[in-house]
Amino acid sequence: MFCAYLLLAISLCVSFANAVEVQRPRGVPLSKRQFYEENKPFTCLDGSRTIPFDRVNDDYCDCKDGSDEPGTAACPNGSFHCTNAGYKPTFIPSSRINDGICDCCDTTDEYNSGASCQNTCKELGRQERETLQKQAEIAKEGFLLKQQLINEAKKQREEKQGKMTEMQTNRRTMEEKVEALRTVKEVAEQPEKEAKERHLKAWEDQKAIIRAEKDKTKMAEAFLELDDDADGYVSVVELQSHTELDPDSDGALTEAEAQGLLGGAGKVDTSSFESAWNNIKDKYISESQADSAAVDPPVEDNRPPVPDNEPYHDEEPVDEDEENEDDDEDDDYPEEDSDKPIPSVHTPEKSEQDEEAMPPYDAETQTLIDAAQKTRDDFDEAERALREVDDQIKSIEKELSFDFGTSGEFTYLYSQCYDLTTSEYIYRLCPFNRVSQKPKYGGSETNLGSWGSWAGPEDSKYMVMKYEHGTGCWQGPNRSTTVKLICGKETVVISTSEPSRCEYQMEFTTPAVCHEPEPVNPDVGSHTEL
Amino acid sequence: MRNMAAPIDRMGLLLLTLLPVLFSISDAVDRSNFKTCEQSAFCKRQKDVKPGQSPYRALLETLELSDTRLTLQLINDNNKVRLLLELYRLQGNMTRVKINELKPLKPRYEVPDVLVKDPPTEPLSVLNRDENGMVLSLGADSQRLIISARPFRLDIVDGPNVLLSINSRGLLVFEHLRLRKDTKSETDTEQDVEQNVADKDEGEEEVKEEEDQPGMWEETFKSHSDSKPNGPTSISLDFSFPGVEHVYGIPEHADTLKLKSTEGGDPYRLYNLDVFQYELHNPMALYGAVPVLLSHTTDRTMGVFWLNAAETWVDISSSASVQGGSEKSQTDVRWISESGIIDVFVMLGPRPTDVFSQYASLTGTQSFPPLAALAYHQCRWNYNDQEDVKAVDDGFDEHDIPYDFIWLDIEHTDGKRYFTWDPLKFSQPREMLQNLKDKKRKMVTIVDPHIKVDSGYKIHKEISSKGFYIKNKDGGDYEGWCWPGNAGYPDFTKPEMRAWWASMFAYDQYEGSMENLYTWNDMNEPSVFNGPEVTMHKDALHGTWEHRDVHNLYGFYVQMATAQGLIQRSGGVERPFVLTRAFFAGSQRYGAVWTGDNAAEWGHLKMSIPMCLSLGLVGISFCGADVGGFFKSPNPELLVRWYQAGAYQPFFRAHAHLDTPRREPWLFGPENTALIREAVRQRYTLLPYWYQLFYHAHRTGQPVMRPLWVEYPENAATFAIEDEFLLGKDLLVHPVTDEGSRGVTAHLPGEGEVWYDVHTYKKHQGNQNLYIPVTMNSIPVFQRGGSIISRKERVRRSSLCMQDDPYTLYVAVNAQGTAEGELYIDDGHTFNYEKQQFIHRRLTFAEGELSSSNPSPDSQFSTASWIEKVVFMGVTKPNAATLRTAGGLESALEFEFEPATELLSLRKPGVNAGADWTIQLR
Repeated sequence: MFCAYLLLAISLCVSFANAVEVQRPRGVPLSKRQFYEENKPFTCLDGSRTIPFDRVNDDYCDCKDGSDEPGTAACPNGSFHCTNAGYKPTFIPSSRINDGICDCCDTTDEYNSGASCQNTCKELGRQERETLQKQAEIAKEGFLLKQQLINEAKKQREEKQGKMTEMQTNRRTMEEKVEALRTVKEVAEQPEKEAKERHLKAWEDQKAIIRAEKDKTKMAEAFLELDDDADGYVSVVELQSHTELDPDSDGALTEAEAQGLLGGAGKVDTSSFESAWNNIKDKYISESQADSAAVDPPVEDNRPPVPDNEPYHDEEPVDEDEENEDDDEDDDYPEEDSDKPIPSVHTPEKSEQDEEAMPPYDAETQTLIDAAQKTRDDFDEAERALREVDDQIKSIEKELSFDFGTSGEFTYLYSQCYDLTTSEYIYRLCPFNRVSQKPKYGGSETNLGSWGSWAGPEDSKYMVMKYEHGTGCWQGPNRSTTVKLICGKETVVISTSEPSRCEYQMEFTTPAVCHEPEPVNPDVGSHTEL
Repeated sequence: MRNMAAPIDRMGLLLLTLLPVLFSISDAVDRSNFKTCEQSAFCKRQKDVKPGQSPYRALLETLELSDTRLTLQLINDNNKVRLLLELYRLQGNMTRVKINELKPLKPRYEVPDVLVKDPPTEPLSVLNRDENGMVLSLGADSQRLIISARPFRLDIVDGPNVLLSINSRGLLVFEHLRLRKDTKSETDTEQDVEQNVADKDEGEEEVKEEEDQPGMWEETFKSHSDSKPNGPTSISLDFSFPGVEHVYGIPEHADTLKLKSTEGGDPYRLYNLDVFQYELHNPMALYGAVPVLLSHTTDRTMGVFWLNAAETWVDISSSASVQGGSEKSQTDVRWISESGIIDVFVMLGPRPTDVFSQYASLTGTQSFPPLAALAYHQCRWNYNDQEDVKAVDDGFDEHDIPYDFIWLDIEHTDGKRYFTWDPLKFSQPREMLQNLKDKKRKMVTIVDPHIKVDSGYKIHKEISSKGFYIKNKDGGDYEGWCWPGNAGYPDFTKPEMRAWWASMFAYDQYEGSMENLYTWNDMNEPSVFNGPEVTMHKDALHGTWEHRDVHNLYGFYVQMATAQGLIQRSGGVERPFVLTRAFFAGSQRYGAVWTGDNAAEWGHLKMSIPMCLSLGLVGISFCGADVGGFFKSPNPELLVRWYQAGAYQPFFRAHAHLDTPRREPWLFGPENTALIREAVRQRYTLLPYWYQLFYHAHRTGQPVMRPLWVEYPENAATFAIEDEFLLGKDLLVHPVTDEGSRGVTAHLPGEGEVWYDVHTYKKHQGNQNLYIPVTMNSIPVFQRGGSIISRKERVRRSSLCMQDDPYTLYVAVNAQGTAEGELYIDDGHTFNYEKQQFIHRRLTFAEGELSSSNPSPDSQFSTASWIEKVVFMGVTKPNAATLRTAGGLESALEFEFEPATELLSLRKPGVNAGADWTIQLR
């Protein structure tokens, strides 16, 4: 209540302190002075009502917009203007008037609270000027650096683009070359193919002759073997001893069946055995081989059928192929496991093949092959070179596709990394790539996010970088990092923090965000409203 | 004995209907860390005892009656063990019933320090007596206490009505101390024992040897074994409330306000436990225990206080029976505790307010908190470092949201060593505290009772060298795992330990502390990560007592010692503020409690109301839930709604788990920031009212946050309401606790009452269910017609900044055109109010005249605050308003009137808030 009478503050004391201060109700900014005319009814600034002037700053809120109490705390939504001569003028919520806390550096907000406030405006002004000056210097230098960065980036970009154009031209040449070499290759491969086929055919013919001869020999041997009584005929009975020839595989070679095999005759002589031989040769087992060859059925047949739900399922042998692949380095297994003897039935075939290996190409064919091989090698090499160029082009394209700022000023950060060591961790920022954290004293690296996007507010999107989808957090989100960019001469990570679990923040200085400083006003801060 | 027979017959009849009630089926959900009754050997043993003929008989010839007490022996006819019954008639309409063994092998634990004093007694007199029993006068009029001999039972009657029967179902079980059988056989020759037994038997017929049952001498739960050197010691007693349907209390449970029947399930459990991510709507034990149960009918409110600090289970069953054509309900309550004695206080009411006074006279009232503690608290696990604290502090200013306290959780310490600071993150605590002090704000740091075992840590070294740690069963210092790793647990049951602990809060002991630093005691159940049920082994030793005996008291003592420390550091001048998670009966004397580690779910927001109401009913008024929910992350709507509800609950603190995203009020866009700002501001404008309510809670024991039935005890429609509540008797709050809500239905109680919406001033009739459409702005709050509430409408950065600000009086006129209220003012933080240094104004409005008078003429205090505005709701437009001050000076007041809402605002009376004055409307 007693305050009420003090509040029509036309600031006599202020007038003493500053001869140029214009009288106006406490807390009113100069820009609104005309609305507060002394001794004239005051109309709330929202026009809602008009009150006698002595109710302005009388510590009772009459206007809904709070405009009648700019110098008291009476209105919940009022604001108080501090002139702050020597520093920056400012508005504070009127709830901070006379709350015992010094808010305005000129102390004008605490005129009746008993708080002993010191006028700190001059000091603040000085500090502010110093800071601004420092910042301006940094900005200036930084801005120069930024220009260099832009130029370099431009140059680099041009170079890259030049290189790309060049590479693209090269690529076309190379592509043509590849196509040309493909044709050459194909041209060379045609005679090669023909010569090879000729060679092969000749060999096949040769093999057929050899096989026929062998067959005849075998037939003669078989005849002799079968002709047990050496009467010059193979009889039904003699044949019946070879049960493996049983056509219906019922285990018994009946007389009728044997007769059938002999072409319906009861017995055959050497000449008519030829047709009977054709019937039996595939199955016929020489009596001299019978002991060894007859007992080698396929390995699979040896396995007992194991139902899936058998308890000893686990012990079922692993498939051999897998085993051989998997156990290359495993010494625990007995050697024969990995070195299975080739089934003996194959042995004769193999020796046959050895005997019947294709003879080397003749010189003419070999020349054709060599010529074709050279064209193939040339083609492969050209194609590889083309692929390499493609990769290079892609990498440059990727780099060129990054948003390196309006003038490419962030280009220089590409493929660089910057570390900050704290008490516990080493943080690493690799711009446009990823952020990571590694314990200082051993332990594995944690991914704090991969390059996501520029994330500053609309008007300054290049002030903030966002890295996302880092290592997941227990019961939480994937780690992510927000990097705040600050103008500085140097490119340094200056701080990191984790304000919220698994959401990291970094501060990163770089010249790339320095703006051209406005010409420093020598009056800044000492400026008053007049 | 005629007057006795009638009620007993009635009880017998009821008994029949009660026989099938005690089947317990344990519920096997994923709660495997915590015992069910079935898994708790004594609970199972006790539950296996079915209602029926009690083996206990009163030996009337042993009666001894003095002025202050009556004693009588009881004998168990099965084992011939004798008990001693003590009965007291206590001042203020209470009866105390104590039962102990007549000659226990060794003393049994009797809970100390909870009662504020030996309750004063009043003479008991025997009115009538025969071989079947006796009738005692309980003084007041028609109230009698009837003792029946065979079987033993007690009935408290009022005229023809039985108010309460004890052991009417024959569930008194007193497991007497005994020697272990194998021990006995080995030491056959021990004369003492034989003598003892012989004494007991006194030549009566042969004693039936009781069979040992599993779990009597040791018990295993999960991998933990409990050695039980004393064998079975549990006790049980049943209470029947004829005519009662509604019982309340026995917190702490995440369950409805009105207690449910526990038939077919587990009983409510009272055993202080650190329950990780507790579930809603079940009777499982939580962090605190207050063994007080209230019964309520339209006729009478009563209470039963079961003073026992051991693990306790409370079984509740309800039934209805037809008597003479009308249905009569009954509630039966059975208390089961693991050890100690039976010590019961029956509070006979008859009004709710009487029960509160009665209970307060036993265990004390709510401590009177510093005013700032009633304001808004900003907490998080954790504010990372000093810079973070500063940034959050600045954030509140930047967004113009007031707050008074910022909190630091466990990470602020040097390796979870309490009373220390992290040397890197909080290297300059005094500077940080000074910065807060400069803004008239305060801080709370956490000080938990588990002490890191580290020979380089002063606190550990001293506790260890003084022998203050709790001991394990083998006599070494008990150690368990908690936040710091291996930790010891100081024995707070020792007065010397508490005194030493208190001394650690001195400014020169707790380095970096200052007068604006207060304390939070968490994990004081105590929480032992690797202990049985995440707490201490029951066979750990507190001197001669087992942890089993004192468990539920541990947290109570921790807070007691801490509060004492905060008082002492100021030389007894300043009021302390200590928050605790674990509590017991009487904890109200030491500070605030919160509902522990809740979750960011709508169900938990809803549950905060019945949980705090239940605590208020048993004396603990300073209650709150973590705003926003501790576990998980609230969406903005839930966060805003929680702020709105929390702003109208006693302890108003936002808190969040370490792993949740940040959620300071300004992180959810300007709209949500504005909504939260508005909710917090409403809290600050009402601080004068909150402070006055706490002053009364402190003086009288009446709860601050009340269920509707407390003020409308005859209105049965209010008995189960738990989605709205009263603050004092004058504000009714129905917070919005549903997602996407478009409206709430509030019950406005009181036939003939009127209620005013505090935001729109719209008048509503009482005794109706009112649908209130809501938007995100809405916090439905009503002021009772007939009340006057003071607000401070200049919301500032913190409550201390508002100290000298003027008041606005809200006069809500009732149907009779009158209203009354109070205004309480003091310095807000010292004990000087005890020396009459306060202003207490009585405000009355009648016949057009509003006056402020002083009902406490001895009080002396001056304030700079004045009356800024007076707002009348529900009046007609006057021709003139005249202010008359003490000196007789008269002046006309300007006013505005809004006919639509009958709202009259008087402009600037300008009188000092401590002065006498009247305002006349003509």
